[in-house]
Order: sequence, then structure tokens, then C-alpha cells
Amino acid sequence: MLNLTDDKICILERKANIIRQSIIKMLVEAGSGHTAGPLGMTDIFTYLYFHALKHDPENPSWIDRDRLVLSNGHICPVLYASMAHSGYFPVEDLKTLRKFGSKLQGHPHREFLPSLENSSGPLGSGLSQAVGMALAMRINEGKAVNKVVYCLTGDGELNEGQNWEAIMLGGKEKLHNIVTIVDRNNIQIDGNTEDIMPLNDLINKWKSFNWHVQDIDGHNFEMIDDAIGKAKAVFDMPSVIIANTIPGKGVDFMERRHEWHGNPPGKGPEDKYKKDEQEKEALKRLHTLDGKIKCEHE
Amino acid sequence: MLNKNQKLNPEIFNKDVKQVAIRVGFGEGLLEAGEKDENIVGLCADLTGSTKMNLFADKFPNRFIQIGVAEQNLASVASGMAAMGKVPFISSYAMFSPGRNWEQIRTTICYNDVPVKIAGSHAGISVGPDGGTHQAIEDIAITRVIPNMVVISPCDSIEAKKATLACAQTKEPTYLRLARENTPVITTSESPFEIGKAQELFSTEKKADVGIIATGALVYRALKVAERLSKSGVGVKVLNLATIKPVDKEAIIDLAKESRAIVTVEEHQIAGGMGSAVSECLSKHFPVPQEFIGVKDLFGQSGTPEELLEHYEMGESHIIGAVERVISRK
Repeated sequence: MLNLTDDKICILERKANIIRQSIIKMLVEAGSGHTAGPLGMTDIFTYLYFHALKHDPENPSWIDRDRLVLSNGHICPVLYASMAHSGYFPVEDLKTLRKFGSKLQGHPHREFLPSLENSSGPLGSGLSQAVGMALAMRINEGKAVNKVVYCLTGDGELNEGQNWEAIMLGGKEKLHNIVTIVDRNNIQIDGNTEDIMPLNDLINKWKSFNWHVQDIDGHNFEMIDDAIGKAKAVFDMPSVIIANTIPGKGVDFMERRHEWHGNPPGKGPEDKYKKDEQEKEALKRLHTLDGKIKCEHE
Repeated sequence: MLNKNQKLNPEIFNKDVKQVAIRVGFGEGLLEAGEKDENIVGLCADLTGSTKMNLFADKFPNRFIQIGVAEQNLASVASGMAAMGKVPFISSYAMFSPGRNWEQIRTTICYNDVPVKIAGSHAGISVGPDGGTHQAIEDIAITRVIPNMVVISPCDSIEAKKATLACAQTKEPTYLRLARENTPVITTSESPFEIGKAQELFSTEKKADVGIIATGALVYRALKVAERLSKSGVGVKVLNLATIKPVDKEAIIDLAKESRAIVTVEEHQIAGGMGSAVSECLSKHFPVPQEFIGVKDLFGQSGTPEELLEHYEMGESHIIGAVERVISRK
């Protein structure tokens, strides 16, 4: 546990709610982009940016910072919103998502937003880059290295063979300062992951490549905190946390539906709400006072 | 005659001219670069001996990463290391890197704009007996098309060593095109080399009737052809275009202005290769007739290098034929 008090959990829950609202608003403004993944990973990103990550938004190139590598670049709205609310750039800039000249490219590009650790979009390359960063840290600092490389990947993304090349190398090199978090939300663009390309026993797959594996509820801050704490304590083995998440989390009519993978509010399926009502209805559910997400620790 | 300022190997036209594989120069250069700069790291996809990275790996085991047969991972792991301040050299056969891992090179190296150096060995059709699967003849095209990338194709082992040392100090992602076969040593340690600069290796006293622009191992054949032509009274200049991107526009345009006829010579597909880069430059700045020596939209096959170069029309007689054709088109 990394000193996660009930008060802090309360703060994180409120912060996550604000970030989800920003995600909805920026996607509506952009008129395109991905909704389900960002909402599903908001609790993890909130936990990292507002509790675990060693970083300094005032000094993004601080050499001793932890590294956060987003592999599935299409969930960048949650990355951008987390960075904006952390102080990397003004929250108003979120409205420029996917617009010409914006620092917030449709998929992350480091040239436009230098405080990113990597550019991403094409799936399956993030873990390799994270492994490279961890290797460089070990060359520089030896096994006593105390910087963590967090790599965030999707589950559908694990269809890409390159991931397994990186997983092999991470296990072979015993890179204890990598923590990979798999967004196990069970959807990908064309449908459910187990229909498109079954991942089957993901836990034992990673274990057999010599990774330390934990399987958690990706919306429970105590469990996230406990898992990160354990991952950091593991020595001589890289860690993976399989975070079971609900795609679209926080907006009931989006939850668990692959139709919301690649559509913004205003362009999603209309069985519950017409397109022009989707933003309003989504924000209504996210507004704390509206009671959809309560702070359970108050 | 050979350009004196180039300080070339004086025994270049002797029958027993010294021959060394171009990849050897890479291995030696990487070792020396590694001694000079501790940020240099080496990564290899199970071809350490073949690509001559073993010299570096043996000397600096802590700075060498054995990736296994996984070229996509090779490229992106190097990108991650470069993001941490390292200068990674990655090596494999050109067919697999930059062949198989092209998108990883594009996105995680060039789009990220990190200084990863890609050494592609066994490029060209002269790989020989391994056959078409292993003969990279598309690698110049697929690398020079990526923004931020520098593309270098040295003509011999000495130039390969210089190119390796030079690119170890630059910030750009760089592709080093290397060949497996023993290749006549053209240059010496004193010959000038600069990334982005073409070198005029040969010129007749007579004004050039034709300009030959060559790259890689075929520069030697271009020189032999020039020697033969000059003896029969043809004015000729030979340019070694070691850096294919960024291309030395000034040298190419100057040669075209003098000769009004250009022949390009490379062991690569004509489509998208060095000749195309020359043509892109001349079409815009100074259009002249151009003939292309290279592979004509075909895959290779097994054979000796000599057999293959003849079969795919990259031999000396073919270069001479191209010279005659281009002069007749003036």
C-alpha cells in the first residue's frame, strides 16, 4: 500500500469523475474518437497521475521521473485529460483534441506534445518501448534502479505478436521495474475479445513467460494500490496487472458495449438515447450530485 | 582517372585488389564508436556474428542486448532505449530489419524521432545462394520514404566504418545498408567522408559525356566501366552517392549540367531506389536523360553473386550499354 487513506480514495474518486466528464466533453467537441476505453481506464489513470506516479508537471523532463508508456494510443483522451488536470497544460486545451495544429493529436504524437514519453497508435509496440526504457535504466543504475516504467496496454491489443516478443524479453531480462497494466475490458472494435481472438487464460500465459501476475478489479482504488505496491516489491521479475475494467464505466448506457469502442457521444448507437441527447445524458450520469458515482468513503 | 583528392586505393584496378565485406567495416566502426561513447548500445536479432556486431558484444556485454529472432521488438526496444538517452545500433539482415519491422521503424523510431541506427546487413542480390527471400532489394525505397530518416549505403568496408562512426554522433534515425560479400576496397582511411556529401571518385580530363552515379558495392563496377570508357575516349565522371537521403543535390545537378546524361547504378529495385532519388532531384532542377541500372521489378534467386548480377543486368556490360543508350538520347 502506498499510503492510500480513505480521504485520498475520496479525492481520487472525485478526480476520476471530473476526468470522465472531460473525456465526454472533449470527444463531443472533436466529433470523433474512442469513448469506452478511456472511460474504463479512468480510475487507473487517476490513480497513477494523482497518487503513484513520480512526476513533475512543472518539469516534465525531470530525469528521475517514472515513465508512463501508453501502448494503445487510441485511449489517449484519458491520458490527455489526466495530464491536463495534473497541470501539464490548460484544461481548456482539451477542446482542441483531434483538431488541426493541436498538441492533442488523434493518436499521441510526442512532437506535438513533448511531455509524452512516446508516440503511439499502431498497436503492440508500447511494451517493447517500455522494455527498452527499463533496460536503459538498468544499464545506467544497475538493479538498484528505483524508477518505474508503467506500460498501459489493451487486451485486444494482445493479438499483436510483437507484445509476446516483448513479454519474452522482459521475462528473460528479469526487468523488475516494469509494471504493465492490461486493460481487460473484453471488447475490441469488431466485438468481444473472446469471439474475435480468444485470449483464453491470460494469467497463465503471462506466468509462463516469467512475469509476476496479479488480477484485479480495475475500478477499486484499494485493489489498484495494493497491486502496484506488490508489483514494486517484486524483485528479479517484471510485473503485469490484469485490470478487469468495464468499458464505458460511469455511463450506464455505454458500459460493456463494443459499439462504444470507437464512437464519441453524439455518434453512438441510438437504442437508448438519440445522438443529440448522448452528451447530456452521459454528463448527467457522471455528475457527482446526480448520484450515479457516489464517494463510498464519505 | 581516379580523383587524387579522394586518396583512393592505388591498387583498385589490380586483379588481386584487396577485398573485405562491407559489414566488417560496420563491426569495426561500432566497436570504436562504443569505446568513444558509453551511451552507445547494441541490439541484435540472433545474427550477432553475421552482422559483425559480435565485436561490440564481446567488448561491452553490459551494453549489448540479445533480442532473439524478433525484429519488431528489436526496433521498438531500441526506441525505448533511445528515449532514455542511449544511441542504439540494431542489426539484422536488411530483409528483416528494415524489412519485417518497417512499421515499428516508422512509428516508434522515426515518428518518435529518436536516434536509432539500423544496420541492415546482407542487402542486395549478391547475398547469392540463400535465394530471393534473403535478398533485400527494396530496402532503400522503404527507408528513404520515411520522414526524419537518413539513408547511407557505403561502397566498401572502410567507408562503412566511417559511416558508422559518423552516424553514432548524429541525432537522426539512420539506415546503414551493408553487404555480406567480400567487396573490393576502393577507399582508404584518408578518403573524405561526410554524411550527405557525394564524392567524385573518377573523372577524365575531357569534359564528361556521361555521369555515372553509383552506390554500395556496385561503385567498384562503375569505376571499372569508367576506366574502360576513358581508354576509348569517352569523357566520364563517377559519383559515389553513399548518402541516399538527404541526397547531395548540388553534386548531382553539377554532374548533370556537365554531362547532360546520367546513368545510376545500384543493387536494388529500380523503383524507389537511389536512381529514383537522383531522378526526383534532376526532374525538378535540371532534367537530362537518365538510364537506370538495377533490378527490374523482379525477385532474386539462388546463384553466385556474379551469375545474379549478370542475370539481372547489373554487370559491367550492362552499365556500358546504359552509357551508350543515354549518350544516344542526348
